[in-house]
Amino acid sequence: MCFDLTEEQLQIEEMVRSLARNEFAPKAAEIDEASRYPEENMRKLAELGLLGMLYPAEYGGSEAGPVAYAIAVREVAAACASTAVGMAVTNMVGEAIFRFGTVEQRRKYLPALASGKGAGGFGLTEPSAGSDAFGIATTAVREGDSYILNGSKVFITNGSRACVTIVVAVTAREPKKEISAFLVEPGLRGFSVGKPEHKMGLRGSDTVSLSFDDCRVATENMLGAAGEGFRIAMAALDGGRIGISFQAVGIARAALEAAIAYAKERKQFDRPIAEFQAIQWMLADAATELDAAQLLAFRAAALKEKGKPFTREASMAKVFSSEAGNRACHKAVQILGGYGYIRDYPVERHLRDIKVSTIYEGTSEIQRVVIARELLRRASR
Amino acid sequence: MVFEMTEEQRMIQDTARNFAQKEVLPKAAELDETGRFPDELVRQMAELGFMGVAVPEEYGGAGMDNVCYAIAMEEIARACASTAVIMSVNNSLACEPILKFGTEEQKKKYLVPLASGKTLGCFGLTEPGAGSDAGSQKTTAVRQGDHYIVNGTKNFITNAPQADVCVLFTMTDKAKAHKGITAFIVEMKWPGITVGKHEKKLGINASGTASIVFEDVKVPAANRLANEGDGFKVAMHTLDGGRIGIAAQALGIARAALEDALAYGKDRKQFGQPIVNFQAIQWMLADIATEIDAARLLTHRAAWLKDRKVRHSKESSMAKLYASEAAMRASVKGIQIHGGYGYIREYPAERHFRDAKITEIYEGTSEIQRLVISSALIKD
Repeated sequence: MCFDLTEEQLQIEEMVRSLARNEFAPKAAEIDEASRYPEENMRKLAELGLLGMLYPAEYGGSEAGPVAYAIAVREVAAACASTAVGMAVTNMVGEAIFRFGTVEQRRKYLPALASGKGAGGFGLTEPSAGSDAFGIATTAVREGDSYILNGSKVFITNGSRACVTIVVAVTAREPKKEISAFLVEPGLRGFSVGKPEHKMGLRGSDTVSLSFDDCRVATENMLGAAGEGFRIAMAALDGGRIGISFQAVGIARAALEAAIAYAKERKQFDRPIAEFQAIQWMLADAATELDAAQLLAFRAAALKEKGKPFTREASMAKVFSSEAGNRACHKAVQILGGYGYIRDYPVERHLRDIKVSTIYEGTSEIQRVVIARELLRRASR
Repeated sequence: MVFEMTEEQRMIQDTARNFAQKEVLPKAAELDETGRFPDELVRQMAELGFMGVAVPEEYGGAGMDNVCYAIAMEEIARACASTAVIMSVNNSLACEPILKFGTEEQKKKYLVPLASGKTLGCFGLTEPGAGSDAGSQKTTAVRQGDHYIVNGTKNFITNAPQADVCVLFTMTDKAKAHKGITAFIVEMKWPGITVGKHEKKLGINASGTASIVFEDVKVPAANRLANEGDGFKVAMHTLDGGRIGIAAQALGIARAALEDALAYGKDRKQFGQPIVNFQAIQWMLADIATEIDAARLLTHRAAWLKDRKVRHSKESSMAKLYASEAAMRASVKGIQIHGGYGYIREYPAERHFRDAKITEIYEGTSEIQRLVISSALIKD
């Protein structure tokens, strides 16, 4: 056992932390207020190799590995959660293309993703297929050397900014349902992007619906083999959950730090409110839970880095980090009192931003299904 | 970061798990019911090196690290929380302060037999009027030539009825408050020491808990542990380590609650199917399992920091606070999953609940842990 980061991981932490603090944090409130996509932040991330952290240099990546990636997401999230989710999804899409794509697909898309030419999109969710992801209705019907896509996707992060989107569709219903994944580029005839959703938080991140109306996609743009789409999506989400765990840890850490700073300054009853046990208790619980959350998330990332199975560990990390992170942000708002509710302070944004972490990339409920299933499987061995 | 256990850590886990399953678990219900001190198990643990896991071999211990200690504690507690606390007190609260602060003579005379399990130790800090406020010691030690004369009362002392040796805290200079506290190594057979009656408790029934009364007890100056006035420092250092032991004990109890609930839930049929098929039950199991993993990571982190001799007060407190409260939640859910059977002594679920409760109280209440954590946060 060893809880230390490597020298390289420490360097990445230092680099991303200073970038996030100096350049992203000062703009985060404005980005939130204006619901503005943080274009310049994404460019900066690309310059530093932070959009392709999970694949090698020959495809434009920096191959820093899952642990270093996790640290980078956390540091960005602590400054601007909207930027962090754009970064996380782009990295996840790139990793899936590297892992499941052909050499041609890798060459075509990975350098573009890593260099920030466009973001990566991940089109799984549909109006009627959320937690029940296998229930998707978008179809892809083979016609010569193309597939014809019909259907719609919703809540797609980076959807209007993507240079490539992984779109998951049904390619056969009989004898059993077969799901396949496609790499879809913007501008294809029949592919349209809906208007941006108005969200509670992560207001700078791009969230749109995608529509496919007889959209023709070349067969060479299938990712993996026919019928592998669901497995590809689930594998991507296993890794994605580590990213979301660290996003939650980063947001919550920012909230906790703001709460500690405020509590040391704010005087009531003639002393700093940090001297009251009511406040101390909230701080202690939030810090303890965040340390636990981070350890769970690092464990999942370390397993992934070693190429070991980590599905259960990623689900544990995601449900725990997102829920503990929500509790921490609630406490931060409470500690700031009336000021916590006001946009002059960042904690109400942290609370809005973190809420979605218990929902996207698998709700808390889906994580518990995964964990319980693994527990029951182990117990029956 | 490496989350895998070392070879040595895996070995002690196997050894402890085998021993716990074969020898300890079959006796746990009887020990709880009768409150009998498990002499034979303590002897067996001594043979396995469990009474001084992290004490170097030259001082009678097993010479392993503190992560090994936490791993072994968890396995013993999984089977019997009473047996585990006997082990924890001997390791963390008797061996550790002598190892860290004792003279070479003290180590040879007291640590070697304690760590090898030939003698049993206890830790005399708590008093009727000094619980969380450990600095307000009323027990006095007055220097007289080459002796100190000790008077006072300690209570809730784990292992007191069986212990040969006590690491005792006294006030030598009341004016200096907690800086006037001094620690001693005291032999329980010395004249003037009486052990009070065995307390009846909610749980951990097989561990001995009693008060100790000191009446004009003559303690040689050579038995003073560290300098006069260092006692509070000795106590706090000791508890930083002890909290790792209790966190691991809580982990073991939580695991027992989970494993028993899982087995029951797979077996128990209602509405024509095993109740583990219902999400209401799955949710409880998933939450317990996640919290146990979180608690274990916090615990092993603290133990690892201790091994590296890095300050770990905050991390130990986080581990102890989180693991004990998670164990409490786990055992409440464990009973709930068992339904009526969870309330009945034929099943172990209610014992886990009773055993878990103490982990939120001893070696620093949850409230004291939160004080330690928050003061570290605010100071930073």
